[in-house]
Formats: sequence, structure tokens, C-alpha cells
Amino acid sequence: MADKQQELSSRHLLGIKDINLNDIQLIFETADTFKEVINRPIKKVPSLRDITIANIFFENSTRTKLSFELAQKRLSADVVNFAASSSSVSKGETLIDTVNNILAMKVDMVVMRHPYAGAGVFLSKHIQVPIVNAGDGAHEHPTQALLDAYSMREKLGEIAGKKVVIVGDILHSRVALSNILCLQKLGAEVMVCGPTTLIPKFIHALGVKVETNLVKALNWCDVANMLRIQLERQDIKYFPSIREYVMMYGLNKTIIDSLKKEIIVMHPGPINRGVEITSDVADSQQSIILNQVENGVAIRMAVLYLLAGKK
Amino acid sequence: MQNLTLLSGEKFKITLQRLCHQLIENHNNFSDTVILGIQPRGTGLSKRIAAELQYIIPKHTINHGVLDITFYRDDFRRGDYPLIPSATEINFIIEGKKVILIDDVLWTGRTIRAAMDALQAFGRPEKVELLVLVDRRYSRQFPIEADYIGIKVDSISSQKVVVSWQEADGIDKVTLVSA
Repeated sequence: MADKQQELSSRHLLGIKDINLNDIQLIFETADTFKEVINRPIKKVPSLRDITIANIFFENSTRTKLSFELAQKRLSADVVNFAASSSSVSKGETLIDTVNNILAMKVDMVVMRHPYAGAGVFLSKHIQVPIVNAGDGAHEHPTQALLDAYSMREKLGEIAGKKVVIVGDILHSRVALSNILCLQKLGAEVMVCGPTTLIPKFIHALGVKVETNLVKALNWCDVANMLRIQLERQDIKYFPSIREYVMMYGLNKTIIDSLKKEIIVMHPGPINRGVEITSDVADSQQSIILNQVENGVAIRMAVLYLLAGKK
Repeated sequence: MQNLTLLSGEKFKITLQRLCHQLIENHNNFSDTVILGIQPRGTGLSKRIAAELQYIIPKHTINHGVLDITFYRDDFRRGDYPLIPSATEINFIIEGKKVILIDDVLWTGRTIRAAMDALQAFGRPEKVELLVLVDRRYSRQFPIEADYIGIKVDSISSQKVVVSWQEADGIDKVTLVSA
């Protein structure tokens, strides 16, 4: 037992960039046992019964927030929720003041989503408790990348050597960056695909392939991760029309059937049906979109459990 | 470091057989009894007991599972490292059954307390019994005693009782290790 890694190398989970392969594997192995727990008749364990966690969301979220909250409740932690829209933030309070006020009420851990990249890193320099980044701007969304990779591992058995293409709005996507870093650490080959305007200029520096033709990209890959067009983050027009985007980059049954091999289709949600993916593909046997959601709870339980247990 | 062998060879084998026959006396054909090994150290014993029972009463199915108690332990966040869990495999119904919990060593009783908590997540058993290979007497921190005991050992808290298994460690043996 002594040779096996027992704890995470980092006090926080701010991004995939800051953790190593051993951390990822430890999280996966711990998530395996939590997946068994959440499929029991009684889905709750008492591990975090003496811990209070604050979910601080400065940006809207349904899935991630719900998933974190369920994970916390299934670990028996006490949970407080905070949404910026209904708080003193709108009265001009700063991030550090807001969080310090919450911590003064004896909170042991913070889960934060923020519209600005680096908010988690900034906060980690000012407060003492572990922070889990639930998405910061267009930067990182580590738990999403972990659950995506975990779902691939579950379906394919092994990630090393597999080919994964991320399709869509790479430029505004925190899921894309975290996914690229996570998959590369696990030994997968990663390609990004989308209109040139939505692919960051220097992305090849990360060691990813770039392809603008969807069919070519899909023929290359084992897994396709379809991203949503983040219209709320787009300040200017990046393509002529949604209709044109759908014609060039929308995944539909005809394309899937024309491929040489069967690929796995993923989506981090929320889906814009009929835009990046059609309903018949999203609901097909090849799609593991709902497995991703289920695994999200197990992965978040593992992350919270491992961070809480670290001295 | 001083090692004293408490149980090995033929005596080890006879002890396991005696435990099995004691179980059969109380549980007859095991139709409403299940066996649960506690992860990680109790599974070696529970697998052996299940196999031996199957050999003695071949006509009946022995339901055997393993139970991980990590998330129910009371020392989470009190040690230096997070506690790393093992798998739980229980592919049968516990509700209304007699459950025999199996662990290698009974010492403070804290593991068994956690195991009884963990069991609640799978239903309401009719009865829970405890079988251990080694009972370290006079060291309990909870009011817990075993129903079936391989050997009883008097030891002090600085000593360790180590159980080795043929399958995992190459030899069946119980050793008392003094630091």
C-alpha cells in the first residue's frame, strides 16, 4: 500500500494544468467506488459529515451546480449555496470580501464558478480553505474534463492511444482547454475541429491537431466531443449564420452512418439540439451524454473526498 | 523487531475448518445467510471460509460478498492522508438475511462499528454475526465482541498482529510483531 499514491498533490483543484497523471488516476479509482455507492439503495455515506461546503456561483449553471450539490449531499456534507445574482455582489462587494464573509461563518471548502479566467487562482492566494474550480471564464473546468475522460475510460477501457476530437467553439470553451490537458496527460491524441474563427490562434502550441473539415476529423477519431456555440460569450460575429454553422459542423445521423467505424459521441451539455448535434445522434446508442452526467456526481464526490481528507 | 508466529501450517488449516463447522451448526444450509468479508484485510479469510463451506456442503449456494467500510470510518481527516477506499461487491439482497461479517483481526472494534453502519445502506438484516481469525483481547474501544473466534491473543497496543494468506503472501500464517 505504501507505494501507491495516497493523496492529491494539490490542495485545490483549480485546473487540470496543476495536477499530474497520478492525481487523475487516484481520482478515477476513488470515483469507481463512489459510482458503486450512488447505485446502492441508500446512496449516502457519512464521510464528510463534519464539513461545510459553500457553492459560490457568479455565473449561471444548472448541471454543474446540481451535480456538485448532489455529490456533497451524498457525502453528508453541509451545503450552502450562493448565487451572485441575488447577493451583495450586485451592491459592489469584492470577490475576496464576499468569500471571506462566507468563510467567517466557518465554511471548510469552496466550490466556485466565475465569469473571469483565473478567479480561482486569485482566490487561492487569499484564503486558506481548499477551492474547487467549477469553471472560470474561458479558462478551465477541471471536473468536467475529469468526468469526460472518466466516461471515455469506462466505455473504451483505456484512454492512452485513443484519438479524441473536440468540435465547435474552442475559442470560448473552458471545457475544451481542460479536456485537452486531461486527455494528453492520460496519453490520448487530441484534435480540435471548427471554423477557423473559433479556433484559438496558437492552439498548436498545446500539441493538438487542427482540422476544419468535420467529416475528416470524425473519420480520424475514436471519440467526438461536441461543444455548444457559446453565443453569450461571443462579442462579435464569428460565422455568418447558425444555419451555415449547422451545415458545416453540425453532427447528424447521415454523417455518423457514413463513417468507416463506429465512434463515441459526447457532449458536456447544455445541448442545442439541431445546432451542434441533432436529436437522433444525441439520443443514439453511440452517445454517452447521460453517462457523463451520472459520472459527474461520482467524479465530484471523489474530488471533494480527496481534497477534504488532505491535511 | 521481533516476530512470533501464533498460528501456521496444519493448525491454521484446522482452525479454519473448525470455524466453518461452527458456522454450519448455526446456519444449517446457508439458505438465508450471507457472508461478507470486510475490505481490505478480511476478504482473504472470507474467501477461504466461503470456499471451505462450499466444499463441506456442496449442494447449497454460499452467498459471498465483500464490504468496503472506508466511508463509514470515524478517523477520516484525523490521519495524515485521505483514506483510500476499496470496492464493495454485494450481488444479493441483505434485507431479512442473517449476515456474517468476517475480518482477520478484531482489535479496537472500530472497524466493526463502521461495518455495521455500512451495512445499513444495503437493507435491514435479520441478524448480524461476527467471525474473526484473531481476537486481540482486552483492547476494545467499543462494546463489540465476536461470535466465532479462531484464536485469542493477549497483546499490547505497540504490537501488531499480521495475518498472511497463501494467495496473496505465499503462506498461511498469523504473526505477532513487536516493534
